[in-house]
Amino acid sequence: MTHLMILPVVIPMLAAAWLLVNHRASIGRQRVWSIFSTSVLVALGVWAVVAAQTDYHTYWLGNWQPPFGIVLVLDRLSAMMLLLAALLALFCVLYASRGSDREGSHFHALFQFQLMGINGAFLTGDLFNLFVFFEILLLASYALLLHGGGRARSRAGLHYVIINLLGSALFLLALGILYGLTGTLNMADLAVRIAAASPDDQTLLKGAALLLMVVFGIKAAILPLLFWLPRAYSASSAPVAALFAIMTKVGFYAMVRVLLIVFGLDPAQPLNAGVFLWLWPLALATLGLGAIGVLGAASLRTMAAYLVIMSSGLLMASFAMAETTVLAASLFYLLHSTCLAAVFFLLADLIGRQRSDGYDLLSVTAPLTHRWILGTLFLVAAVSMAGLPPFSGFISKAWLLQNATGHPHYLWLWGITLLAGLFMIAALSRAGSGWFWKPEPFTGRQRRKLDPARVATVSVLIGISGTLALFAAPVMEYMTATAGQLYHPSAYVQAVLGEPATKTGGLTP
Amino acid sequence: MELMIAAALGILTTCGVFLILRARTFSVVLGLTLLSHAVNLFLFSMGRLTTGAPAIVGLTESSADPLPQALVLTAIVISFAMTAFVVVLSLKAAVELRNDHVDGENPNEDRL
Repeated sequence: MTHLMILPVVIPMLAAAWLLVNHRASIGRQRVWSIFSTSVLVALGVWAVVAAQTDYHTYWLGNWQPPFGIVLVLDRLSAMMLLLAALLALFCVLYASRGSDREGSHFHALFQFQLMGINGAFLTGDLFNLFVFFEILLLASYALLLHGGGRARSRAGLHYVIINLLGSALFLLALGILYGLTGTLNMADLAVRIAAASPDDQTLLKGAALLLMVVFGIKAAILPLLFWLPRAYSASSAPVAALFAIMTKVGFYAMVRVLLIVFGLDPAQPLNAGVFLWLWPLALATLGLGAIGVLGAASLRTMAAYLVIMSSGLLMASFAMAETTVLAASLFYLLHSTCLAAVFFLLADLIGRQRSDGYDLLSVTAPLTHRWILGTLFLVAAVSMAGLPPFSGFISKAWLLQNATGHPHYLWLWGITLLAGLFMIAALSRAGSGWFWKPEPFTGRQRRKLDPARVATVSVLIGISGTLALFAAPVMEYMTATAGQLYHPSAYVQAVLGEPATKTGGLTP
Repeated sequence: MELMIAAALGILTTCGVFLILRARTFSVVLGLTLLSHAVNLFLFSMGRLTTGAPAIVGLTESSADPLPQALVLTAIVISFAMTAFVVVLSLKAAVELRNDHVDGENPNEDRL
């Protein structure tokens, strides 16, 4: 047990507390603290990825033994998500430090609280604790969404807050059912008891599993529950929307964790089979609707929001195939799509600032300054996002489709994914040609200055896509091992509860 | 007592869901409050209903399960904070958008 494991939660919490107490400090000092804390998180993420390669790591809070105390568990999946969240957050906070954080107060404190919630959700091994971290990240996200104010944000915020409050209520209901039936909320202990549950309880347990899927579906934006997303993401400021690109992935992470570990221990009759039955068609429909939304979007920010929906549809559809190799490929796609979705939110802001009119509306053809730099960035991002070679989009999608062929209904996934890809190419090339080729050269008196720091931030984030493609082999190796680990929940249970508890099924109530 | 708790939960949830489906923010906020009451009661009763039993193991022969009480305390605090937030947000939205419709505009009035 090493205390480094708790730091991804504690560091942003302390940073946020410092920022709240010293809210009168100059914006420069606030930025320094925020960037410093996020950089430490990146270093911790790298440590987590290296450490997780050997074994599970557990951390007993207050040294209370599981299943009684809250336990943090670091495995390959949570390590990977920690690193991804920290990297993304670093770029978002760097971008925000170029001015977006001055639109309202307490941006950096809220940002750190959001990171605390996200990291906690990735690390925790206790379902009620997961609920608490969800609430922390949601409360911070409500305030971040509204940051800067304005009518559009209030309107989008209302929907976002209400649907998530409803989600929290459902989450508690599911937890209540699970606790009532099993007497525990520790994920590993829960898995043991669910696997040993009497047949009378099966229906209720299945109900709880489906309720949890609805809750995580709201976060991950599955079809009937996604209509809050485009408005909320397109109304928030660019760095906030870019950070929100990881929020749907938090939902996906929770889905994977809970369905595979908690409900998947019994190899003969796993309870998660019933959930996958629902997840498969809904996720495919989400993917299709995302593609239509991308084609019909009126602005680049809305388009990016639908790109988020598409990627989360593809993730959930491949997860619903319930195969180790497919899950490995979809985890690769998760890395790629999160970075690229964030890039599009930032690009929308970057380009919007250089246009003389219309901000990021696709219907307006307005002269644009620095069209060569911005056009190149847009082209590379679009090529990668649409899944064309040579970037990570192509590799991850090709790997995903290749691995999916073992599934009896794989043609559905192939058809919808490829059609969605075609829609995406059409929409992105229309946006690009309308913005960079159509308008007259910029003749205005004042040339708007292009902020080099912002361009650098976005370029490096796009560069991650290229790096993922260059080092695809080690990443794929890591992902294959991750998926293998996830499909062996008994090892997780053993790591958390230890040998004797696995045999006796914890303490009898 | 089971019947009473079940009926209370049912009525609270029904009223909550009905109010959440209304179009005005005020009734939606009330609905969310009722629903979170129902959820908290449900969570509380998941430790089984007991009377006259302390929540400390070993003090008497029968004891109440202390964990749901701790859980519900956390849930109450969170739902209280969230309710406060949503009240402020809907007030802000009502002022900025000049009406209290959940969509920010009333489709029957504002588009005439």
